[in-house]
Amino acid sequence: MNRAVLIKKGAEASLYLADWHDRKVILKKRLAKEYRPRQLDTRIRAYRTVHEPQLLHEAKKAGVPTPIVFLVDVKDDTIIMEYIEGKQVKQLVGKLSKSKRRQLCFKIGASIGLLHEYGIVHGDLTTSNMILGRAGKVFFVDFGLGEKTSELEAKAVDLHLMKRALQSTHFQFAEECMSSVIDGYASKVGVEVSRRVCEKIGEIERRGRYVAERRENHGQE
Amino acid sequence: MKGKKPTGAYCLGIESTADDFSVGLSSFDGEILANVVDAYVPPEGGIHPREAARHHAEVAGMVLEAALKTSGLGPKDLSLIAFSLGPGLGPCLRTGATVARGLASYLHVPLVGVNHCVAHIEIGKLEAAAKDPVTLYVSGGNTIVAAYDSGRYRVFGETLDIALGNCLDVFAREAGLRQKLGLPFGAVVERLAGEGGELISLPYSVKGMDLSLSGLLTAAVCLMRSGRHRLEDVCYSLQETAFSMVTEVTERALAHTEKDEVLLTGGVAANKRLQMMIGSMAKDHDASFKPVPGRFAIDNGAMVAWTGVLAYTHGVETPVESSAVKLRWRLDEVEIPWMQ
Repeated sequence: MNRAVLIKKGAEASLYLADWHDRKVILKKRLAKEYRPRQLDTRIRAYRTVHEPQLLHEAKKAGVPTPIVFLVDVKDDTIIMEYIEGKQVKQLVGKLSKSKRRQLCFKIGASIGLLHEYGIVHGDLTTSNMILGRAGKVFFVDFGLGEKTSELEAKAVDLHLMKRALQSTHFQFAEECMSSVIDGYASKVGVEVSRRVCEKIGEIERRGRYVAERRENHGQE
Repeated sequence: MKGKKPTGAYCLGIESTADDFSVGLSSFDGEILANVVDAYVPPEGGIHPREAARHHAEVAGMVLEAALKTSGLGPKDLSLIAFSLGPGLGPCLRTGATVARGLASYLHVPLVGVNHCVAHIEIGKLEAAAKDPVTLYVSGGNTIVAAYDSGRYRVFGETLDIALGNCLDVFAREAGLRQKLGLPFGAVVERLAGEGGELISLPYSVKGMDLSLSGLLTAAVCLMRSGRHRLEDVCYSLQETAFSMVTEVTERALAHTEKDEVLLTGGVAANKRLQMMIGSMAKDHDASFKPVPGRFAIDNGAMVAWTGVLAYTHGVETPVESSAVKLRWRLDEVEIPWMQ
């Protein structure tokens, strides 16, 4: 390996772009966190380093493009994977025309649907974790918080996170984007399942402090 | 500050969203002249909204008087009345709102209802000298990671179930710990945790920039009941795990927004261990760490007064006839014209 260049210092990992056996690769190293006890830190990093490549692989079986994993070094909390040529969806959302944006969000929703159908939740669905790559394929990355589960609750939380990410980062387009995501989602899981998941999202949002008023007039004096 | 000759404009703020009734006074320049808090301590269990509201009604006159006395101001020196419009417990909010409406009408001064969460952020920014931070707001009722963007405080992460302060409080009650006056449950857990050191594995549940604390609470309570571990170690493990989770989601928001300040505010912000963790994380990202000073960490009237000043001087006013409290008023629904 030579010429490893730091391209992104994320919250939990640093990403390096490097050449590895004549391939352009991403080296993802999870960094030790001083703030949490060493024992907890080691446990979290080891778990995610092992877990993420498994889910990246599983996601491919589900039909969702993800980078190919070449090497996992648990001792060093490092994953070496394929470099995806393309643009982060986060950078694109605001620049696309309305119809292109709808198409992209529909495609994202369809991919989430495929993952959920296969029993995978991503756990961190944000537009930073999606790359529009070659041939219009949307690659999903960063499965560190993902899970193998078919629970309705987990699926709903997953989509809730997507909604949250749109609301906080792409607030101008949040509603239209989310509605296309749900359309795409329904195209894969079916209208009935989609409806049940959306209902569950509503329930989750009422559970915490997510809605202004639980019922109309309820909070009014 | 006593006997100070009042000049300029002053705002009186009333806070009554939950168990504290508080009156604060702020000048329009952001000088806090008084901040008197009277906490309702339930004889047992959690806060009963109606009982807390009764407490607020009982102490309101006394707290008002004490705040004015401390500030050296008289009722005629007030040019604005602010109060917490929400979110919070209905009966408690209504009691504070009633006092505020009465005062504003009697003194013929404008009334402004402020968002309780915004107030926690604004007092933090004022007292910890932050400009445009990523904020971790942790209290008995809220666990929110927010940052300003285009006119509002956007919520990047929050709890999917219970608040961090609530998690610690319920654990303390389940463990039979006693809440002493001046030493809330959180502080009791903090003290015990300081004497623990064995980390017991507990559920760690971060979902994107959101987190879930209810599973952790249940597991910690079971662990405590099993009697297999020292209570100090259970407190230590609960605190370390919960604080690691909130620190991680704050870190995610910080990396995402690329801001260079981290503000820690709300009741749990008084916890020294949490301050250490957030401080350490901020340093890793070359961001400066701004913890709110202790007396402004808990619910207080000063934060409401100061936020009232900010809102009013930027054109926000709440006429009495449309001042109905909002129990579930979200932080990200509030326009923040003073940040533009």
